[in-house]
Amino acid sequence: MMMIGFYAMIGKRNLVKKIIGINIFQTAIILFFVSTAAKKGGTLPIIEHAHGHGSHAVEAASYINPLPHVLMLTAIVVMVSTLGVALAIAIQIYRRYNTLEEDEILEQRKWSHNPLR
Amino acid sequence: MVPQSPALVVVVPLIFAFLSLLFGWWRKAFSYPVTLIALSISFLASIHCLYTVLTTGIIHYHLGKWAPPWGIEYVVDHLNGLILVIVSFVSLMVAISSKKVVEKELPEKVVYFYTLFLLQVTGFLGIVITGDMFNLYVFLEIASLAGYALIAVGEDGAPFASFNYLIFGTIGACFYLLGVGYLYIKTGSLNMADLKEILPALYQSKVLMVAFAFFLVGVSLKMALFPLHVWLPDAYTYAPSAVSSLLAPLMTKVGAYVMIRILFTVFEPYFSIELIPATTILGWMAAGAILFGALLALAQSDVKRMLAYILVGEVGYIALGVGLANRNGLTGAILHILNDSIMMLALFLIVAAIMYRSDSREIPGLRFMHRKMPFTMAVLVIAGLSVIGIPPTCGFFSKWYLVLGAIDANKWIFAAVLLISSLLNVILFFRVIENVYLEPREEEAHEGGEVAVAIEEAPLTLLLPILIAGAGILSLGVLSGEIISSVIQFAIPAGF
Repeated sequence: MMMIGFYAMIGKRNLVKKIIGINIFQTAIILFFVSTAAKKGGTLPIIEHAHGHGSHAVEAASYINPLPHVLMLTAIVVMVSTLGVALAIAIQIYRRYNTLEEDEILEQRKWSHNPLR
Repeated sequence: MVPQSPALVVVVPLIFAFLSLLFGWWRKAFSYPVTLIALSISFLASIHCLYTVLTTGIIHYHLGKWAPPWGIEYVVDHLNGLILVIVSFVSLMVAISSKKVVEKELPEKVVYFYTLFLLQVTGFLGIVITGDMFNLYVFLEIASLAGYALIAVGEDGAPFASFNYLIFGTIGACFYLLGVGYLYIKTGSLNMADLKEILPALYQSKVLMVAFAFFLVGVSLKMALFPLHVWLPDAYTYAPSAVSSLLAPLMTKVGAYVMIRILFTVFEPYFSIELIPATTILGWMAAGAILFGALLALAQSDVKRMLAYILVGEVGYIALGVGLANRNGLTGAILHILNDSIMMLALFLIVAAIMYRSDSREIPGLRFMHRKMPFTMAVLVIAGLSVIGIPPTCGFFSKWYLVLGAIDANKWIFAAVLLISSLLNVILFFRVIENVYLEPREEEAHEGGEVAVAIEEAPLTLLLPILIAGAGILSLGVLSGEIISSVIQFAIPAGF
């Protein structure tokens, strides 16, 4: 997934596809973090009313590690805002050039720089 | 209040970012003074931090009284104390200068501009002050996101340049985050000081090497080190001038700081120098950056674009100092972070002033500027001399240490690169200075006799920071011995 996203960001010429690429890449990272937290036979990281009624409540090994989830909560917020900014910029670009294809934009930019040629 | 100063440094601009938005909705004119108040408080707090560090030692500030390694910790030592002061100083200067410039370039967006501006500064200060790897990522993204938005409001090519920057910046940030993930799996800790304790036992692990590689690439992207610099010239050329004078001195420097932190504080010098030859690779990349930046700058006719390429070269200097990995090299690198922020501040502010008065940034269009804007151009000469590295200015001293470092490391080729780039910079700046100061060709002068050009200086709010920056360049040069002996020699990480 990470590589798909990475390819989309670098290889695709359409700006929206690039944005989708960013998202796939970031989702991959989130899955990666969350997967590190999982443990076989782990239970919820809540001390009271846990499975097995708290008798093994304080052994770290029997819990799913909650910290990566919390980190990813923050990362998701960051992702959402990145997506927002990226889309806003894409809208700006579309308004200015009437296209979202990178090649066409570069072509238009070249024209505006050398109006005589 | 006073023991809370590490928190104040970051929290004040963050809260005032929203306050300035509220005040700005109420009365548009208020957002400028609110911004100034916030940055002044932040500047004073960071000076207080540095002072405390110098007198009593390293500050550990535990947010919400959660002790590390569980809670997030702010650490101020000599290295980031110094950089905190630079960041808050430069952003204060840019904020002062921005009044007229923003009113002219972005008339409808003044209020939002200041909100984003403060968020950006919050991000920078947070990156510098935090002692937690994941917190650093969050601040990195705050700074970058505000940066993308600020760049996108610029002139014609800006949204596209900003989009490219966003793609590269996000890749960089994601790589950094992956690095954090690998470290976390291996150690179960995110606190830098804690990691430093745990990591040496794991130095042979492959996971750690992967993490290290991700960090290095991610941070290099953020600081625009040579092969990864492609986003920088476009982004900084098309951004509004107030934005590029904030981003150009700071973003790359903060990136360089993160690199020093990761290479030498989180990982020990032994790991970064001997186990993985990271510093050697960094040195060669930096040498490429210096030459490439200077050569491409020669090809530009737009002053701002030229400065952007010079900035690529300057990043190379800092990375070279880090890559040399000896005492002199690092002294040079840290001193250059300081000097280069001031130099780039001065230069980009001057470009803002030129833009403000004449709407053109082409080098041949600078004729008569010495009569139109005598003070600004005087500072331009000082800053130019400093980038070249002429003794009384500060640029000389950091280059001196870098060359000494190269000689100490027996890497003569790097010393040669440094000297060649100085020569290239001479050409660059004399091309500008020649255009500014020399009279036009005879036939042109013949037509109207002595062409009368009225003095039309930049507005006072813009002129004042330029003059302060110019004075700063000179005084930093004169005082650089003091700065090294009182701050930087303690800032160099243990093991050198």
